[in-house]
Amino acid sequence: MFKKILIANRGEIALRIIYACRELGIRTVAVFSEADENSLHVRFADEDVCIGPPRSLDSYLNVPAIISAAEITGADAIHPGYGFLAESAYLAEVCEACHIRFIGPDPNVIRLMGDKARARRAMKKAGVPVLPGSDGPVESEEKGQKVARDLGFPVIIKAVAGGGGRGMRIVRSAPELGKALKTAQREAEAAFGVGDVYIEKYVESPRHIEVQVLGDHHGAVVHLGERECSIQRRHQKLVEEAPSPALSEKMRRKLGSTVVDAARAVQYTNAGTFEFLLDPSGNFHFLEVNTRLQVEHPVTECITGIDIVKEQIRMAAGERLSFKQGEVVFSGHSIECRVNAEDPDTLTPSPGIIHAFSVPGGPGVRLDTFAHAEAVVSPYYDSLIAKVVTWGRDRQEAIARMRRTLEMTVIEGVKTTIPLHLKILSDPDFLAGKLSTSFMERYGVEKKPGQKPLAETA
Amino acid sequence: MTLTDDPEQKMNLDDVKQILKLMRDHELTEFELERDGIKIRVCKNGGAPAIASAPPPVIPEAAPARPAGQLKPPAAPADTVSQPSTALPPATADEAAVDYAVVKSPIVGTFYRSSEPGAPPFVEVGSQVKKGQVLCIIEAMKLMNEIECDHDGEVATIYVEDGQPVQYGERLFAIKA
Repeated sequence: MFKKILIANRGEIALRIIYACRELGIRTVAVFSEADENSLHVRFADEDVCIGPPRSLDSYLNVPAIISAAEITGADAIHPGYGFLAESAYLAEVCEACHIRFIGPDPNVIRLMGDKARARRAMKKAGVPVLPGSDGPVESEEKGQKVARDLGFPVIIKAVAGGGGRGMRIVRSAPELGKALKTAQREAEAAFGVGDVYIEKYVESPRHIEVQVLGDHHGAVVHLGERECSIQRRHQKLVEEAPSPALSEKMRRKLGSTVVDAARAVQYTNAGTFEFLLDPSGNFHFLEVNTRLQVEHPVTECITGIDIVKEQIRMAAGERLSFKQGEVVFSGHSIECRVNAEDPDTLTPSPGIIHAFSVPGGPGVRLDTFAHAEAVVSPYYDSLIAKVVTWGRDRQEAIARMRRTLEMTVIEGVKTTIPLHLKILSDPDFLAGKLSTSFMERYGVEKKPGQKPLAETA
Repeated sequence: MTLTDDPEQKMNLDDVKQILKLMRDHELTEFELERDGIKIRVCKNGGAPAIASAPPPVIPEAAPARPAGQLKPPAAPADTVSQPSTALPPATADEAAVDYAVVKSPIVGTFYRSSEPGAPPFVEVGSQVKKGQVLCIIEAMKLMNEIECDHDGEVATIYVEDGQPVQYGERLFAIKA
């Protein structure tokens, strides 16, 4: 087992990894930028190293600085968390060359899944249902028109290097295609440095369903069931839950075994998430694979009792998975609300100092956060300040617990998305489990002028 | 106001007292003199902080350098470290300070004072250095990064031991202008 793990991340996920390391008796090294000097992950790690100025590119995305920090502290493994370098095949390769274990999949697998067009082909070959589309990048409008004609409109243009909705365009008719293609290419080039895009059939109002997998270095692969993350705005997930109210036990078993087979086919190791769209007729379509720990992993932990981060660390150290598929038991229902420091109406970031921070506990409540009174929400990084996770014997109880938790939460100094979460939690469609990725459209995106902002705490 | 004509004789305490008396007598708020490599500037009543450089240098031991991977540092050290000089009686000027430029580590790595083990160090305390001169090496990912001086002056302090790890922004040298 590792003696010392360097955590190449910040915020709540850095703390989450510290929890796992402390429970396993492993020492930790925090890295931080000058903006995070007083953060809790720096305080609670056994050692810490300042790796650069506030800008992520110079600190949390700075591979040489992170590797050097591991070397000077003698860390034998790096956990990348999510975001930043979590899906960097380059970091995984440099780790290998420096004899530091990267806690994640093999760099070749990261690279394969990072290229969305190649990943599509690999999944198709492994028997995973994939949306019809161009089997490679589409460079010209002429080729695009042909692909779109064969698929039938609407279609969606996606960046090969994709993620986060950038380089993505929905096209509903042939005349729109040329302009949309150019915009998507430009956006992809700007966001990822690679302008390649591909075209897929567009599914209207799908549900977002993803399956958590774990694979050890001895060939064992298990799945931990699905999560539903259909409540999204601008491709950012706001509410996640497990299990999905849309899946029957039979669908779950079938989807799970399809994913396990696909993970085996690409020799997937460590933790990963296979994302799918579920169309209104009940068909799954492969979306992408996230080769890392996900923000919403706690809901799976709540219903399975499995600590995904500890399993990641054990698997990276070469240990065998401590359980078999048959031993994974799903119990009850879990929901996560991502509380962001954002205006609840416009979702524009609201950085600043948190003056008061109180989240009630009680039965079935889990809180993953770096926030506390006088903590700083830095404008340099993402706006997630807390993940409030509840568990109940059924979905109704999980929702009731989430409502009373958020209603009694007090956060002052920054605006938060809690008022928006409370709206969602009382929506009849949400309560009935009628979800889709277009759910949030009912609230509108633009803030109406003269509209009074909702109360900070409810 | 005359300082001694003897070039060997540097400015002494009496000279400074004389300057301050002169300022009081004539109600001056600012005074500056440069002579034989010695520069003295005195301000009163909220002017820019006074700067005086006079031998012997007093090395400010402000916040101790924070070695990588240890406890929290105090507030980020300022780019220049100021400390009242003993050359001036503290009560006679509103503020007086010696100016040092602090060279900080631009990267995370291991600090080396010489190009290879056994070689003489690039600089010692008291070495005269020029802008662009190599002060030390920081090894990061098996690469040797030469750290250059960004000021002309004299090495007043070396904060880090040879072979010690350093983090981003850690103090390496104080250079007296």
